Amino acid sequence: MGNKQTVFTHEQLEEYQDCTFFTRKEIMRLFYRYQDLAPQLVPLDYTSCPDVKVPYELIGTMPELKDNPFRQRIAQVFSEDGDGHMTLDNFLDMFSVMSEMAPRDLKAYYAFKIYDFNNDDYICMWDLEQTVTKLTRGELSAEEVSLVCEKVLDEADGDHDGRLSLEDFQNMILRAPDFLSTFHIRI
Amino acid sequence: MAFVLHVPQAPEDQGSREPSPCEESEESELHFSFHQLIQEQSRGPGEDRLELPPRAPGPGAAGAAASHHQALQAPEPAAHSPATLRILASMPSRTIGRSRGAIISQFYNRTVRLRRRDSRPALRGLGRSARPSLRLYDLELDATALAEEEKRVLLVKELQGLPLAQRGHMLRGMPLSLAEKRCLREETRAPRRSRGRPGPLACCSRLRYACALALHDLGLALLAGLQALAPWHYALKRIGGQFGSSVLSYFLFLKTLLAFNVLLLLPLLAFLVGVQTAFPPAPRGPRPAFTGLELLTGGGCFTDTVMYYGHYSNGTLNQPCAGPPDGGQCAPEAASLPYNMPLAYLFTTGTAFFITCLTLVYSMSHSFGESYRVGSTLGAHAITVFCSWDHKVTQKWASRLQHDNIRTQLKELLAEWQLQGGRQSLCGRLRRAALLALVWLLCLGITLGCTVAVYTFSEHLIESPVRADREAALLALPLVVCLLNLGAPYLFRGLAALERHDSPVLEVYVAVCRNLILKMVTLGILCYHWLGRRVATLQGQCWEDFVGQELYRLTVLDFLFALLDTLCGELGWRLISERLGRGKPEFDIARNVLELIHGQTLAWLGVLFSPLLPAVQMVKLLLLFYVKKTSLLANCQAPRRPWLASHMSTVFISLLCFPSFLGAAIFLCYAVWQVKPSSLCGPFRGLDSMYEAGKVWVRRLERAGPRVSWLPWVHRYLVENTFPVYLLSALLLAIIYLNIQVVKGQREVISLLKEQISNEGEDKIFLINKLHSVCERKERSGAGRTQEVAVPPAGPADHREA
Repeated sequence: MGNKQTVFTHEQLEEYQDCTFFTRKEIMRLFYRYQDLAPQLVPLDYTSCPDVKVPYELIGTMPELKDNPFRQRIAQVFSEDGDGHMTLDNFLDMFSVMSEMAPRDLKAYYAFKIYDFNNDDYICMWDLEQTVTKLTRGELSAEEVSLVCEKVLDEADGDHDGRLSLEDFQNMILRAPDFLSTFHIRI
Repeated sequence: MAFVLHVPQAPEDQGSREPSPCEESEESELHFSFHQLIQEQSRGPGEDRLELPPRAPGPGAAGAAASHHQALQAPEPAAHSPATLRILASMPSRTIGRSRGAIISQFYNRTVRLRRRDSRPALRGLGRSARPSLRLYDLELDATALAEEEKRVLLVKELQGLPLAQRGHMLRGMPLSLAEKRCLREETRAPRRSRGRPGPLACCSRLRYACALALHDLGLALLAGLQALAPWHYALKRIGGQFGSSVLSYFLFLKTLLAFNVLLLLPLLAFLVGVQTAFPPAPRGPRPAFTGLELLTGGGCFTDTVMYYGHYSNGTLNQPCAGPPDGGQCAPEAASLPYNMPLAYLFTTGTAFFITCLTLVYSMSHSFGESYRVGSTLGAHAITVFCSWDHKVTQKWASRLQHDNIRTQLKELLAEWQLQGGRQSLCGRLRRAALLALVWLLCLGITLGCTVAVYTFSEHLIESPVRADREAALLALPLVVCLLNLGAPYLFRGLAALERHDSPVLEVYVAVCRNLILKMVTLGILCYHWLGRRVATLQGQCWEDFVGQELYRLTVLDFLFALLDTLCGELGWRLISERLGRGKPEFDIARNVLELIHGQTLAWLGVLFSPLLPAVQMVKLLLLFYVKKTSLLANCQAPRRPWLASHMSTVFISLLCFPSFLGAAIFLCYAVWQVKPSSLCGPFRGLDSMYEAGKVWVRRLERAGPRVSWLPWVHRYLVENTFPVYLLSALLLAIIYLNIQVVKGQREVISLLKEQISNEGEDKIFLINKLHSVCERKERSGAGRTQEVAVPPAGPADHREA
């Protein structure tokens, strides 16, 4: 089946297969999903590696992402320039990390980046408040939100500097067996 | 206290700014957050930061909010001088994620360590820190392009030294972007030049490399093929999208059971059913015509087929004939293999069970290892905030339900924390305990009542045997059992509404416990009825066939009642609820999973007497999947209470292993060792027990000669002797005890390390404060000096101020 497609060269498909957690068939399926988002923009021939970016507004309308409160952050983290506009590589990367086969470490790393709203490599109080607000759609009072954030910092902050580093986050993820099944998007 | 802080010059400052960040300058900008600084210092291409949040007022306010906790809390970052901020922004820990060089050196270290331990498996769940180790690799504080290139070359070289599978695993697990991974892959695939010696050895290594590549491709093709075969991908996606991971766990469990049945069926098909079909024995009597009732009762024209134990022959099939039977000629193909059917029956069933046991225990321990960690009960708030949003959910209303669930959960956690001081009065606690005891007593009473009912009915059936033409009456006992299994859980649920548990997970566990006790006790009574009473009363007939048929009947009726339950319980309830204006019914995961476990236990119990029963079970599971899926999508809503999906999967698999499979294994062992097989039918007719077929064979081997004498020796001294069993048990106990001690030791190490991290944190804060005060002092002295210069020589008062 792989020999009949004209979108990628054989080497390109092999590269994708080796660098993501997807098989050939899934990569083609993902490519067609990507192409469906912007049929005018995305060419059907990627053998010459065109530099095409699908804007965030279209990515955010995908059925897998449109009801996800973190879709903006997810798109920003995986996009090349941090603005949410994704190339095919970014698109494949995103779904590869969010797939079932990705290991816990990799997912924890990207989850940390997603929850780090101000991109300063730490999850500080402000990041936590943003997270909790997005999770509850703003239906908790400000006092409750800050109380929750304080509790989170109490529980997870190992070196008591008032913010979570990547190690603290990974340590906490290790204790959450559900993480692998919730941080998963099926495509 | 004199404190000298040597502040190294940051080379990037040399171009545009003054060498020392502490010195004053008119050009120095004011930085109020780390974020701005990092943006300036990072070396990426021009970044348009379109949708980033506004400059955080947070860090300052957050510092104030959090600072009342600890004594040595860092002062608000906004209070740091820009100079301090600049130094802090180049700390090694800040380079993580921002600098590719850090990631590359981290993975270089990992690969080196991996290569030094040659045969160690991959880095599952080791959770190594992303902080580059300063000791192992000399990491400069900045990430210039040259240093990165060096590290990259080293990483590529190390990757080339790894075997192909590990290399692929390492590459996929790196948190780099896809384009960079492709470059790395390109470089590692380039064959090493001028490293290997020319000649045959180079050919050898290239051949080996090509073989490894070919195998790798084959493995990938196999995986792709398996995934194409894996059914229900879109169905599962839809279910997960609308109902979340918890309901999905039921369907995944169904898939697992299907796999177990396939595993069980394959050896039986290959070694029993296939062979017996190729060499059919003489029919035991006239074959009755097919009426539709056989599908329910399993009797009639199904009786003398490969489906049941009685059909299998008790001699050696395909035996080359010793002499012409009845004066006729021997068949010319006398060189074919003889096939000892009794032995094959015993060994195939035993091996199939053994393989199932190993697979079950392995998957149970794997699941347990994944879901239970040291200290996993702490940190409920953090886990709720970071791990509870299920990204699989795709429908708007399901998403809204999730938001509501998480909000409720957070509110409950906060309430619990605030209420921790409040204790119930003694009276209240006594009342609650009395209520719990009463409900438990009532439930156990119901169980006892059901057991007595089944026992009485079975005894009544023995006393009034069924006539040959009224086969439908055989369905009576299975019908009664299924009715009780259907009705009693509803009673339990009604009683459970009286007791109000604090934690919803505890409610589920208690419900699972009660239902399980009921089902296991009922099955126990039935087993006694078959092996204890039916064997005695069916002496002149083929009792194994009867037991096989009973189990078949139970399986089929179980399926029909599951359909009935779905129809009434879910569809009916939804219609009623809609009429009453309430929401749709919830999908009761615990009850459905227990039904699956019950069905699987029946299949395992019946394998010995009906080798095709796993096939029936597979058909049942397939149909059940589609029925449950349709009913779920049409009638149900997602559970309101939060559900720990991975804990429950572990519990399901453990329940499958412990009461279910263990019970079936005990039943099998008892039937094989202790019960006298019937003398009319089956592969073991005429023997005292089924196990004797094995003993007969061993004795024959003994007589065969000294070449195979080790096997009878093994049998006599290791299997029939009890001493090795004691020795093995003692060894196992010792291993378990040692493992417990190791885990205790690890727990202590974890708490020590936590303390150490906390101390390091305090040290860091202390140093930051010192740095801040040093910079401030310098700035103030610098400011004083400029003031002095700007204002013409002032009086001694001003001078003293500086």
